[in-house]
Amino acid sequence: MTTSFPPAMRSRPVYGVLTARPGTGHLIVADGEGADAVTDMIAAATDAAAMLARSHIIYVPGPTGTDRAETLRALGAAQFHRSPSFAACLPRLQKVLADAQMGMQIYVAGTEGVIGQVQQQAMLAGLPWQAVQTEHRGSTVRRVQCVHCKGITEAVRTDPFPCSHCGLNLFVRDHYSRRIAAFQGVNIDAEDPGQVPPPVERFA
Amino acid sequence: MGLEFNDETFRGDYTFRNSAKAIARFPFPFAEDSYMYSVNMEPHLPGRPGSVFEHMFDVDEHYVAEMRDRAQVLAEDPLRCQSLPHMTLAGWDLLELIMESKARDYPQWFSLTKDGNRWHWINRPLQIEQSFTFLDETTLPYGPMEYITRQTQGDFTLQDQRDDNLWIEAGMVTTQADWSLDFDIGMSFHEWHAPVPLAHEMRVFDRALKFLLNLQLGAPVRRFNWTMTVDPLLDTSPENYPKWGPSKTTMTPETIGHRQHLRVELQTLHRLPRSNAIVFPIRCYLIKFEELVTVPKWARRLHRVVRDIPDELATYKGFIRNKPLMLDYLSKYDDGAPTSPGIWPE
Ligand code: HEM
Repeated sequence: MTTSFPPAMRSRPVYGVLTARPGTGHLIVADGEGADAVTDMIAAATDAAAMLARSHIIYVPGPTGTDRAETLRALGAAQFHRSPSFAACLPRLQKVLADAQMGMQIYVAGTEGVIGQVQQQAMLAGLPWQAVQTEHRGSTVRRVQCVHCKGITEAVRTDPFPCSHCGLNLFVRDHYSRRIAAFQGVNIDAEDPGQVPPPVERFA
Repeated sequence: MGLEFNDETFRGDYTFRNSAKAIARFPFPFAEDSYMYSVNMEPHLPGRPGSVFEHMFDVDEHYVAEMRDRAQVLAEDPLRCQSLPHMTLAGWDLLELIMESKARDYPQWFSLTKDGNRWHWINRPLQIEQSFTFLDETTLPYGPMEYITRQTQGDFTLQDQRDDNLWIEAGMVTTQADWSLDFDIGMSFHEWHAPVPLAHEMRVFDRALKFLLNLQLGAPVRRFNWTMTVDPLLDTSPENYPKWGPSKTTMTPETIGHRQHLRVELQTLHRLPRSNAIVFPIRCYLIKFEELVTVPKWARRLHRVVRDIPDELATYKGFIRNKPLMLDYLSKYDDGAPTSPGIWPE
């Protein structure tokens, strides 16, 4: 099931539901439970076989350990690649985006971190971010940038949390930057150093 | 440095202060005894002689010290000035607007002479003299936006206009009221305004955007925004919040008059000729409470505004924890007498 989020700030991204569209090629990226959005889309496609014959699927296990690589491999796409992490598949993703022909469709499903980073790579390759179809599935952990040291902490579960780079205790804002592909983290005890409320698991 | 510009600091020993003349011309932002968000825009026409509205870009006694402070901020954090590649032309538009305005309005300080695209710029207060070729980046020591905004008070953002929206895609931001250019760059109008409370529901941003999309060349507009700042720190950035946040906790009834500042932003919006972008100069003026209360009408009114402001706004603006301290101080200057409409002293 597509994730439904409570209403939030206007900079927070909204996600759709993947739908197969006619294209010269199909780049499909997913992590974790995002695999289910891909299989749902293929199942609903009018000519799934033709689509798969022109599809390149990149899959990364989810931040909570979900690994549906074999289900996606079994779809029989022209190209399938399981990557151990998103960082590891970046060079491949960048190459595919750089080689993209006019009319290639781009789909991404799974957690916000991966969705945001695929949109970011598409933008860096000169494509409009709106050209990327998105669907959120699975874990709601967040990718958060520390506004102080600029380091990004992946898969944040609690609010507040310690920045994995500078160690400051950060609270997680809903303010989201598409360019950085991250939410904003701000020092929670800046005014009263040392007074850090106990972390609450807000993102699972 | 001469008598015209103060030798003062906005950090460390904080020697910033306003002269009697600067207090008298301070842009007090409240036209009535209460405050709420609204689509408060009016034509940016030349205003009262001597006021901050007299010229397109006000240059005041803090000019040289503010530019020194900006250079320090940029040395510590170059990300405060950024321009996406397609915004260079808008940067040239801005350079032209500022140079022409300043040379026209302050000929004793600035001069611009042109021989076709060969331009010659003199900035006497900062002791800068520069020959360059307009629209040729290689002839300036910085990109055009950075070059001119290192010589102009106030923050600047440049918005590209496309898809019926405005996109913040360049800026020089070192005197901001707690927002990050580095984080916001690339966002659309509603996205960068996302953290503001109440105003979205009041449709302030829908109406403001609609107005701005039709902003005409040669018809700039202006508006005020304001907040509160402890100590005359221009660089209240989110980046440095751990450094300045603790200052809010050390104010006392004895020090508030000297340390608490009303921070006013005179914001203007101008359409640019070649790029069709919009430039948004955000000029910050600071005044100590002890300076402000020398004008009885302003003291009375500020007391009433702070007293009646909704908690959402006081929280967002970051002064809710010191609101009681402020009210104790300001109430001594409010005898309950009526105030006249408008921002000018009585
Ligand atoms: C195109 C130029 C503009 C830019 C670049 C801009 C930028 C910003 C930014 C960065 C903030 C801070 C948001 C945060 O908390 O992160 C802000 C606040 C705000 N803006 Fe704008 N703005 C622009 C035009 C306008 C206009 C035309 C209006 C209204 C009529 C407006 C109304 C407001 C209000 C009400 C706030 C909240 C301020 C406060 O309470 O301190 N802005 N703006």
